[in-house]
Order: sequence, then structure tokens, then C-alpha cells
Amino acid sequence: MNRAAPHPQRPIVQRLRMRYAKRGRMRFASVRDFQRSLERALRRAEVPMAFSQGFSPHPKISYVPAVQTGVASEAEYVEIALQDRRDPAEVRAALDEALPDGLDVVAVVEASGASLGERLSGSTAASRWQISFTSLGSEVVASAVEALLARDTLLVPRTTKSGRTELDLRAALVDAHVHDEPVNGSSCAILHMVVRHGTPSVRPDDVLAGLRDVAGLAPPLPPVATRLAQGPLEEETGTVLDPLS
Amino acid sequence: MDSLFPRLEPLLPRVTKPVQYVGGELNSVIKPWGDDAATVRWALMYPDAYEVGLPNQGVQILYEVLNGQHDTLAERTYAVWPDLEALMREHAVPQFTVDAHRPVGAFDLLGVSFSTELGYTNLLTALDLAGIPLHSRDRDTSHPIVVAGGHAAFNPEPIAEFVDAAVLGDGEQIVTAITDVVRGWKREGRPGGRDEVLARLAAGGGVYVPRFYDAAYASDGRLATVTANRPGVPARVHKHTVADLDAWPYPAKPLVPLAETVHERYSVEIFRGCTRGCRFCQAGMITRPVRERSITTVGAMVDAGLKASGLAEVGLLSLSSADHSEIGEIATDLADRYEGTNTSLSLPSTRVDAFNVTLANELARNGRRSGLTFAPEGGSERMRKVINKMVTEDDLIQTVATAYANGWRHVKLYFMCGLPTETDSDVLQIAELAKEVIRTGREAAGRRDIRCTVSIGGFVPKPHTPFQWAGQLDHASTDARLFTLRDELRRDRNYAKAIGLRYHDGRPGIVEGLLSRGDRRIGAVIERAWRDGARFDGWSEHFSFEQWMEAADRALAGTGVDVDWYTTRERTHDEVLPWDHLDSGLDKQWLWDDWQDALDAASGEAVDDVEDCRWNACYFCGVCPSLSSSIEIGPTGRRLLPLEPVR
Repeated sequence: MNRAAPHPQRPIVQRLRMRYAKRGRMRFASVRDFQRSLERALRRAEVPMAFSQGFSPHPKISYVPAVQTGVASEAEYVEIALQDRRDPAEVRAALDEALPDGLDVVAVVEASGASLGERLSGSTAASRWQISFTSLGSEVVASAVEALLARDTLLVPRTTKSGRTELDLRAALVDAHVHDEPVNGSSCAILHMVVRHGTPSVRPDDVLAGLRDVAGLAPPLPPVATRLAQGPLEEETGTVLDPLS
Repeated sequence: MDSLFPRLEPLLPRVTKPVQYVGGELNSVIKPWGDDAATVRWALMYPDAYEVGLPNQGVQILYEVLNGQHDTLAERTYAVWPDLEALMREHAVPQFTVDAHRPVGAFDLLGVSFSTELGYTNLLTALDLAGIPLHSRDRDTSHPIVVAGGHAAFNPEPIAEFVDAAVLGDGEQIVTAITDVVRGWKREGRPGGRDEVLARLAAGGGVYVPRFYDAAYASDGRLATVTANRPGVPARVHKHTVADLDAWPYPAKPLVPLAETVHERYSVEIFRGCTRGCRFCQAGMITRPVRERSITTVGAMVDAGLKASGLAEVGLLSLSSADHSEIGEIATDLADRYEGTNTSLSLPSTRVDAFNVTLANELARNGRRSGLTFAPEGGSERMRKVINKMVTEDDLIQTVATAYANGWRHVKLYFMCGLPTETDSDVLQIAELAKEVIRTGREAAGRRDIRCTVSIGGFVPKPHTPFQWAGQLDHASTDARLFTLRDELRRDRNYAKAIGLRYHDGRPGIVEGLLSRGDRRIGAVIERAWRDGARFDGWSEHFSFEQWMEAADRALAGTGVDVDWYTTRERTHDEVLPWDHLDSGLDKQWLWDDWQDALDAASGEAVDDVEDCRWNACYFCGVCPSLSSSIEIGPTGRRLLPLEPVR
């Protein structure tokens, strides 16, 4: 037997938390697409990633649940472990440069306190969303949202790894309101909402399915959803707090 | 030229893997559309799905070469999956490039790289979606000039109606020459229309324009002549050979996709061509002579390519990478340089000898020794003699035993089924070999949990090889032989779990054979199959053998020839082959003599092996004198500097 011992990896000396955005056409990147891009960008940006031990070492990066393919976001988070210390601001600029346009690094801070997972998952956390209905006016969307809010519960089906389950969409909906914004010269309905996280969390397509169920809302063009923020939910005000602060 | 993206975007949430259509890859280039008279615009297509097409070296090289030129732009387009095709038809969105989402129909040239004939129907889909008439004769000056390249273009006769031109061999220099001709013609205000620019391209003998040649058939159905039908068009068209690979260090900035693709690594071609003389191997025959990239250029490309891409794996590519004159130094120096950086190095290890194991050990110095691949190709000693694969059973067993003794757990062995003169017993020998590999391997490794996978594909005779005259084995016989092998491997309980078998049924090989050695009459078959729905023929979930056979029956009715005639029929010495007017540099008589040697070897006559001309005497295949090219190999005696890579 003549097997080379695996190269020992150096220990972790720093953890950085990063907020990134998925904008424009990059919203079609899947979670796995982003993960591959991030690992390559870390190499290009010469960020000294820490690796797991063993025969096939992989970078020590902690992910939290991200938006689904096709949904844009201004507020996605990961935590990266480093084997040398780096200035967070420099890492932010270098990583942003190394990632494709549209995958943009918004902020990088040194990790401290409760983990990202603790701050972003479960019913104490929430997301603020925006859904743009490029082909509908605000009145029709607003009346559908009213019908939805008038319900006590609204169950939507979801298939997970452990089988089919049902989520209570109405219970997760903390707040929802609709207004008009001009887009390309015509008016476009924008739905703003705050949705409580869960296991699993209610997603924008669940809300669209709910609006179809309760009010027959059927947009002729696919609406574009964007996560504007996520973090701990301040119950009294319904405000979504910054998970990096 | 406006972007089609706003029209495409609403369709994307409704298709699988939409990210493949959005572009934005690292190192992709978007140049301004430019002045119409001065700018030459290429759309480069790999006629398969994005995940297969994006890593293609040929397209990436030409993309970089063309975009490096003034007043020239190149963008890429790939085959769209049927779900998006249907939506594009419904919403009248034409075939687009992924770079700036410009309509393919607006470009001056559409260059299509065919690694395999199974991409032909995807070309038709792209032409149709682009609004380009399917047939060359129906196009006018507003349509792109459709140029085929890649290995399948060495016999473009089956797609002669659909392409305007075909180019044989290395593309690095000829794309620029074509660009210059097109630019000149555009600047002059496109005199003489499409025929004029095609005539200018054809004049030098470096670009084949099928419509300037007429094919005539004899009463027995065989091809009689292919002759030029226009003054100034040469009788034969020659292939292109780049002389100094160090002068063309591409891809320098590899495209890094967001989407997952079939190869997630930075590939460096360490040499081009192969002179080992395996008689079945079209790639080895048509890419001669061997031209090495020097150790120092390879080292510089790896360094720059990794920095430009952030990729974590390097592939050292060629047709037989262990044959580079300084491969040992390349492997050692790269392994030294990247030690401790979590960068993995690999080479397609197919040569069956102990040195290959040493190389693999070196490259996997820091990582797991998982799988090693060897390609004996033929199961019996007799078969290997027929194909000129000079590996004895002892060589193979010794090599594999060395691999297991060095800690490799899994060995893959590649074979072919349906080689000329093959019988059931030749294929059954594969089972004996595999069992012997496991038996010896268990002894050498001192453990029982080693594995061996036998991978076996149906042999398809290809143009420009000594086997171009051979009859292809029919699919029923191929399948029967593969099943016999499978049953034999399963029978012995002592080995059944240690030996895996991977094979494909013989039917796709018959369509590939039909397209590979077809003549212009096959164009109608391709079009019929495509109209009946054939798409993505290289994908088993899309391929329909029945559809193709039905299309062939209808399209070939009245010609006196059929699928068997093209595939399972052995050709005679005097037969005019559809690609005889296309010069790969190989001497047809040498190919024939080599074919006769194979048949003699099959019947047990003593026949000299064709020894590699890099280390032995020239065997007069004809390439060097006819193309004024020569072997370019080291050693250079240089070593790689110990650069300081990122840790």
C-alpha cells in the first residue's frame, strides 16, 4: 500500500458574512450555479478560503436557504471561513469584481454573535418581497390581495424531500399592499409584502398560487419577484431587521 | 442590433435550466455591432445543448481569435432544448446568441463546429429558428454564410445542401482568412451576390463550397464522380494545419459558465495530432502530424487560465497525453507548483503502460486515487493486431496490477464492439481479461474491494481511416454480442460484483454510420428525419431509431440504395468515396494498404505493426509531404519555474 497522505488543511482564523444580490438575468441562476460561481470567484479574488480535511477537500462555506431559480434578490447571505485574515471591505470589492455582473456583493462583515442560520430561519425571521406584475394594473392585483387577506387560513401544497406537505400561506403573510409604478410608459402593479419564514418557508410562487386560488388572478406575463430584505422580524412594527448588524 | 432578451425573458421562467440561455459568462465578450460595411460578424454555433457546447475547445479558441481582431466580432449560439424551441416558435423569437442576444440571422457568417454527425438535425433547427432558408441555394445576400467545421466536416457531403461552405482541419488561421475575404466583398458593396463571395472563398482550395461541385452516380447506385462545375474552383480542397501551437495559446481566457456543464475544468491542449496508427481512429488520422505545445507554454497557459477563470481543475488534453515528449516534467512541475492549493490535475489516461500509472500517481499526489482509465480497445490479441493497438495481454495485466498496487481502487477499460472481422469469441475475451484484471489486482492490492468497469461502444467506420472501406456490424449482431458479454460477466460470482459493464445499444451507431459515410443523397434523409421531429440525436432520451429508419426509407426510395448499403456494406478498392475530393493529406493508397494489412493480420498472417513515426521510421501516410507540414516535438529541455500560486 502506497497511498499519499492527504495534505493537511490550515485552520480557520476568520469568518466573514456576506450579503449579495441576484439581479436582472442572473436571477435565472440556480442555488448550485451560484455556489459554483462563488467558489471560482473566491479563487480569482485570491481570498484565502479554508478547506475541509480529507481526500477531497472542499471550501468551508455556509449557505442559508436562497431564493429559487428565477427569483431576484437584494438580500442573500453566506458565511465564508478563511485560513488567513483579510479586511472585509477589500474582500467585498475583490469578490464583487470577480463575480459576473448581476451577482453583486453588497456587504461583507466579520462574523459575530448568533449564526446566520439562527438569524434567518424559523418563525422569528421574515423576508420583505416585491412582486412586479408587468402586465396588470394595481386595482385587479389589490382586490386579489384583499381577498387573500380576508381568509383566516389558506393552505398551499408543497413537495419537499420528505414528501408532500401543506403550508399556511395566510398565517405567514405579515403584511401586504399594492401600488402602481410606471414601467416603460405603462402602469405596473407592484405587490409589497412581508412573509414570515418557516420550515419550509412560503415562497413568492406560493403567494401567486394563492392569489390564483382565491381570486383567479392569472397574469398574462410571468411576474418578477425580488427579495428586498430578510432578517429577524420585529413583531411590533413588522420591520425586517438587518441580519449583519 | 437590438437585443432579443426582452422578448426571450418572459419565456425563461417556463423552461428547464433557464440560466443556459442568459449569457453573462466570465470572460465572454460583447463588442459593438459596428459599421455595416467594415465589420465582419460571426455567430459561432456548437450544435448541441449549452452544457455540452460551452466547454468545447474549438468554439472557445475561435471565439477568442476572432474577437481579438479589429472590426470583427464573434458571439456564440447553442442548440435550444425542445421546450424553449416550442415557446420560441409560439412567440416568434428567433435563434439568438447568448452573448448580446442578437438574432443569428443578422450575422455575416454562421460557423458551426461538428464534433459528431449527430448534431446535424440541431443545425436545421437553428437555421429554421433563425429564419435562414434550410438550403444553401435558397439564401440571398441578407442571410449569413453557413460554414461547417470540426471533425465531421471531413465528410460534409450529407449536409452539402444545408451549408454554404466547409473547412477541414485547424481553424485558427483560416477563420481570419475567411473574415478578410468577406470583409473585402462587403466593402465593395457585395458585388456578384452570394455566389461571388463563395467563389472568392473557394478559389484558394482552402474552403469547400459544395454547390460548386456536382456529384454523379453510376447505375449500380455507387458514386461515379464529383466534379467542379465552375471555372476557378479547384478539383480538391485541402485541410488546414497550424504549424506552431505555441503561437496560438488559446483559450487564454476560458469561458466560465454559471450553468453546470459537462467539463468543469481548464483544459490545455498539450499537443495536437497522433501518429500511433490505430486504424479505427478518425481523430488520429485527420489531425496529423503531431505538433506539441512546449512545456513552458503549457505552464504559462495553466497559470494564466486558472487566474482568469478561478477553476479548480486542469485537464492536459490531447489524443494520447502520455506521449508528450516532456509529459513527465510537465506532470512533476505542475504538481509541485500547485501542491497544497487544492487544485487538481488530470490527463485522459488511456495508454496502457506502467509509465502512465507513474504519471497518474504524480498528478494525483495530493488527492484521492479514485479511477484510472485504459483503452485496450480490442478484447483479443488478434483483434488488437487488426486495429494496430500494440498492447499484449501481459502489458495490460501488469499495468493494471501496478495501478491497484499503487492504491488506485477503480480501473476503467475501454473497448469497441463490431470491429472488422470480429467474432463473438473476440468479445468474450473481454470478460476473461476483466476477470484476470480483478484476480491479479486483488493479489497486488492485497484487498478484495477493487473494481473494474468495462466500457464498450459500437464501432462506426469513419472517413479518412483505413477502416473507411469496412462493413459496419448491424445493430442486431452488435446487441447480441454485447448481451453475450454481459451474461458472461454476470455468470462468475467471484467477479460479478467487482466488474461493471457500461454499453449502449447498437442502433444509434447505425445512424451515426449512415451520416458518417453518407453522400449527398443522405441530405434528404436528414431533412425528412428533422421534419418528423428528430432533435438532439446524441441524447438517448431524444433519439428515435424508428424515426430515422422511416425517414431513410422514404427519402431514399427510388435511389436503389438504402441504410444497409451505406452502413454494413464493405466497399471495394475502385469505389469513389464521397470524400475523395477532400484532402486530409492521407494517401488513399496507403490507407488501402493498411486496410489490407489489417485483414491479413485478422487471418493470422504475420504483418508488421505500424510503429509511431515520432520514434520510428516514417511509414509514408502522406500527410507531411502533401501538406508541407512536419512533426513538431520536443524535448525542449526546459522546466517550469516554481511560481507562487494562491494558497
